[in-house]
Amino acid sequence: MQTSGLGALVRLVIARDVRLAARHWDQVFQPLIFFAIITTLFPLAISPALDELRRIAPGVLWVAAMLASLLALESLFRPDVEDGTMEQWVLSGQPLSLLLLAKVVTHWLLTGLPLVLMSPFVGTALGMPQSVWPTLMATLALGTGSLSMLGGVGAALTVSVRRGSVLLALLVLPLEMPVLIFGARAVDLAMHGESVAGPLNLLAALLLFFVSLGPFAMAAAMRVSVES
Amino acid sequence: MWLWFHKLSSPPYAYRLATLLRPWFFWLAMALMLFAAYGGLVLAPPDYQQKDAFRIIYVHAPAAIMSLQVYVVMAIAAAVGIIWRIKLAHAVAAACAPVGAAFTVVALATGSIYGKPMWGTWWEWDPRITTELIQLFLYLGYMALRASFDDTQRADRASAILAIVGVVNVPIVKYSVVWWNSLHQAPTISKIGKPAIVLSMAWPLYTMLLGFMLYFAAVLCDRVRSEILRRERNAAWLTETVKTS
Repeated sequence: MQTSGLGALVRLVIARDVRLAARHWDQVFQPLIFFAIITTLFPLAISPALDELRRIAPGVLWVAAMLASLLALESLFRPDVEDGTMEQWVLSGQPLSLLLLAKVVTHWLLTGLPLVLMSPFVGTALGMPQSVWPTLMATLALGTGSLSMLGGVGAALTVSVRRGSVLLALLVLPLEMPVLIFGARAVDLAMHGESVAGPLNLLAALLLFFVSLGPFAMAAAMRVSVES
Repeated sequence: MWLWFHKLSSPPYAYRLATLLRPWFFWLAMALMLFAAYGGLVLAPPDYQQKDAFRIIYVHAPAAIMSLQVYVVMAIAAAVGIIWRIKLAHAVAAACAPVGAAFTVVALATGSIYGKPMWGTWWEWDPRITTELIQLFLYLGYMALRASFDDTQRADRASAILAIVGVVNVPIVKYSVVWWNSLHQAPTISKIGKPAIVLSMAWPLYTMLLGFMLYFAAVLCDRVRSEILRRERNAAWLTETVKTS
């Protein structure tokens, strides 16, 4: 196994983050439980009739996924900044954008991917037919990737701000709105049996856009946040 | 060749320039806006479909155009500040944000007032209105991020990154009426070629837009001067100026 080079760097970061998450499983589950609770609120608030819920199910699932990913962003950078690891990373001379990208990828594996896997069951609870499951999971997979990237930029900007969680939501949610629009629309189209190629391609394009430029914005923001 | 660029980055020079230019911008803007208002309210013929209600477009369209233009100015100033490390560019970006937010609110409010007689509703989740609302949130987020840092330099750099990231929304707002089939009117004055609007209705619109731009320049002069006063309050040149004035 190669012990030097950028590939090894990324693997080390991912392994570290997964190991740290394994020591705090409860923190990994909290956003997922939040996702389930938010989706439960809507039948209570609107109507328990599955026919009515079916119409709003794509939107509800997507909004709940956005809010759950927002909650999970708290633990993305804050622990590392607080104990000084991030400062070492900034000073290390390694490409900070790659290090932070690796962290965001791990974050997606621990938050976004479970959301994608949970979504068919939660969708069924809101009356979604089984035929929509592939579209639902595909759009959420692409969408949560974009949410993690954008959230990473927002988290890097606000990590040194006292009580910055609401500010994080304020900054990240407007930027995430296009992702929400295309994602919810795709699932809605699938529920009506129409082709989802358009929104799905746009979601993929957004993900590629954010993944290609996001790490540089994250690195610049982290440098600003970490310097004292 | 770059002398003017670096001269502008000097706070005393920029302060003097802003003081000098501001009255010109302001009074020219007032004259143009009054002239355009007269043209739009009195001289322009009533629309055959919308009668006289369309006249609010003389405030709505320039405000909406300015809301996007000010964001681009803000993003460019932020980029200049980050790339060339010019503190004054950050001051300009900070000065632009509230003005841009105000233009966005005016655009949304006048659009809402326009929409009631035209479409029968105060609000619609139409792509252009929604993306303009996102624009307002971007401005507010920028101002909130700036306010959350105590240190001016860190506030400058963090909010500059946010401004640059957010500029991606500007083309989305502009092309939202082209990309989506929407309730909002398709572009009429920015098409290349023969415009879809008759000259007697168009000239007050262009004049009002120019007036708004000059008004923005005047307000920017005032706000940049305040920013300079706040940031350079301990500088020697400022204490000298205050003593002699």
